[in-house]
Amino acid sequence: MNFDWHVITNNLPFILQSLKISLQITVTAIIFGIIWGTILAVMRLSSVKAVRWIAKAYVNTFRSIPLVMVLLWFYLLVPQLLKTLFDLPSSTDIRLISAMVAFALFEAAYYSEIMRAGIQSISKGQLSAALALGMTRMQGLRLVVIPQAFRIMAPLLLTQGIVLFQDTTLVYVLNLADFFYQSVEIIGNNNGVYNEMILFAAVVYFVICFAASSLVNYVKNRMA
Amino acid sequence: MHIQWNWGIFFEQAPFGDTTYLGWLWLGFQMTVLLSICAGIIAFVVGSFFGILRTLPNRFLARLGAGYVQLFRNIPLIIHLFIWIYVVPDLVPESMRDWLFSLDPSIFIFMMSTIGLGLFTGARVCEQVRTAIQSLPSGQKNAGTALGFTLRQTYLYILLPNAYRRVLPPLTSEALNMFKNSAVASTVGLVELSKQANQLLDHAGAAYESFIAVTIGYVIINIVVMKGMHYIEKVTRLPGALGGK
Amino acid sequence: MKQLKTKYLNKNLAKLALLLSALGMMSSTVAAAELTGTLAKIKQDGVIVVGHRESSIPFSYYDNQQNVVGYSQDYANLIVDAVKKELNLPNLKVKYLPVTSQNRIPLLQNGTYDFECGSTTNNAARQNQVDFSDTIFIVGTRFLVKNSSGIKDIDDLKGKNVVVTAGTTSEVRLNQINDEKNLGIRIITPKDHGDAFRTLESGRASAFLMDDALLAGERSRARNSDQWVIVGTPLSYEAYGCMLRKDDAQFKTLVDNTIVQAQTSGAAETSFNRWFKQPIPPRGLNMNFDMSSEMKALFAAPNDKALD
Repeated sequence: MNFDWHVITNNLPFILQSLKISLQITVTAIIFGIIWGTILAVMRLSSVKAVRWIAKAYVNTFRSIPLVMVLLWFYLLVPQLLKTLFDLPSSTDIRLISAMVAFALFEAAYYSEIMRAGIQSISKGQLSAALALGMTRMQGLRLVVIPQAFRIMAPLLLTQGIVLFQDTTLVYVLNLADFFYQSVEIIGNNNGVYNEMILFAAVVYFVICFAASSLVNYVKNRMA
Repeated sequence: MHIQWNWGIFFEQAPFGDTTYLGWLWLGFQMTVLLSICAGIIAFVVGSFFGILRTLPNRFLARLGAGYVQLFRNIPLIIHLFIWIYVVPDLVPESMRDWLFSLDPSIFIFMMSTIGLGLFTGARVCEQVRTAIQSLPSGQKNAGTALGFTLRQTYLYILLPNAYRRVLPPLTSEALNMFKNSAVASTVGLVELSKQANQLLDHAGAAYESFIAVTIGYVIINIVVMKGMHYIEKVTRLPGALGGK
Repeated sequence: MKQLKTKYLNKNLAKLALLLSALGMMSSTVAAAELTGTLAKIKQDGVIVVGHRESSIPFSYYDNQQNVVGYSQDYANLIVDAVKKELNLPNLKVKYLPVTSQNRIPLLQNGTYDFECGSTTNNAARQNQVDFSDTIFIVGTRFLVKNSSGIKDIDDLKGKNVVVTAGTTSEVRLNQINDEKNLGIRIITPKDHGDAFRTLESGRASAFLMDDALLAGERSRARNSDQWVIVGTPLSYEAYGCMLRKDDAQFKTLVDNTIVQAQTSGAAETSFNRWFKQPIPPRGLNMNFDMSSEMKALFAAPNDKALD
């Protein structure tokens, strides 16, 4: 293999644009996934059986379906629904929105498990103290328990974020030009350097994820 | 939303392969299960091997195990599969390449996907095994040494049996993940369950029906794996341990 | 799917009714007031979404600036212009959506995009799901093989690996012949023509079965394009059409008129010469693909007949 680096420099704007798409999906999914995941975790600890049951069913369903299938569901079968729900102008790229929604809903199931473990690790006395101070149960959770659970679980939440970043490569099935698809299927294919671009993508992902996980470890050790 | 259901589609003749659309789904289901089982075996063997390496006193071997984990944890699965299918045949000696290409292409894709998925999952198994061994009280290892066991014997008769009992619950979730990850192999052309959803969509046009059927297929696999792993956990539990007989 | 589509049409009809009453008050043009189906949707949304392929050389694919170009794309551009004129919206927004052989039909049906001019065969089976415009190209399905392989026709492929793009009519045809004649051909089905050609190039397959013009297109970007030849008697002849949503007479008339105009005015021939007889991106190679007698007949008498 003698790789011509000009392929990469010539296509740099496209590559950067695609990296932006990968990051866009990752960041929206992390933010909405954690928020929705935390709500689900609280629902699972609710005293109302129906609420617990709904949250449990949601988490278990999403955890038993492959991400590839979830993405296809959201791309081929629910775009119209999404358009109406979010009242999107028709000019929005439905693939990007589909991917963001699918990832947020999917990852929420995983985040909720992390948050549930975090909440359960907080001693009961904390909540009792909050109640004794005159807070409602909801206030106790929101102001006392969840912030602590969040701190304890921060490394895990971040690690899950790195996994999520890697998972965004699966938008391959939507023909959405994320970093991997753009580098390999479009640039690699058009310039006859397919295999070289696969390795290039592998190196880039490795560098980003390795740096990110080292950072998480550093933070974890500082906190501990 | 109003959908006109046509569940009869599954019993219609598929355009080729001398079977019905349900037959196509069944073939995909079998492929998913076969891929996951074979990859699972690789993951277990390779993961255990490197997991044990990482706990050994030899620093070089421990580093080797750590390198393996880093390599597979920081690169997305889809890229691993692409490397095995497209790049590896380009790098091996010509005689090896000729042999690979003389295989039935579906076997070639299956083989490479199995290796890719197996090694990827192995990195996760490796971490679980290492954690389990390191979580054992150090007294166990010392007891082995005191009894005059070699390092090998200590691992074989004391540490590993206990570590594997601890590793079973996290392995259940790794096994579930692996079944789900097997769907990624559809991107390199393996005709497994999720690929059949696309095939049915394409040839029969029955979008909702085929997607629901395939989704149910994965839910079934999920339930079976979960029950199976719990069963193994139960029979390997030590008498007298919490939750034991 | 059908219900889904009707629902979506109904929704648009309701919006159209609103639009109509508004127009009535302004006593605007009669033509605009009669819009239905896709045209009404485009007018209402202010955007037209054009489906295209990513590696159907030279019909619909990316050039080096990642613009969608090709012979079929020329038609698509003409159709977009015609829509702009018809709706009197010179600044209509145009969006492009890449589709594959496998997802092009469901995405058209669910309204994700409005029409596609790529390399889609018009046949009876697909007509149950979508409509086709007048034919834009006629191909024969043949084999691309290595010069030195000595393969001349399908019988030489007994027990060998053959690659064919997933979700194409050729995939179905090859499987059927393989079963009928008991040839024991081992079939590989990648998701797009680019992947399929790479499979051939890497040596994983002995032949690539596809529409001859597409094979010529793939060959044009090979590392050594002269070592590949197109062989065999065509397994079938196929008519490419632009794909439209079903039962949308108004939009189909507009599309068909545009195509007839292009084919009888000589614009289509110019486009043919541009893509088949001159150097084309991405590698600047010339396909040197002559116009078949079928194509000449088509340009003389445009029609939307399927060939199966």
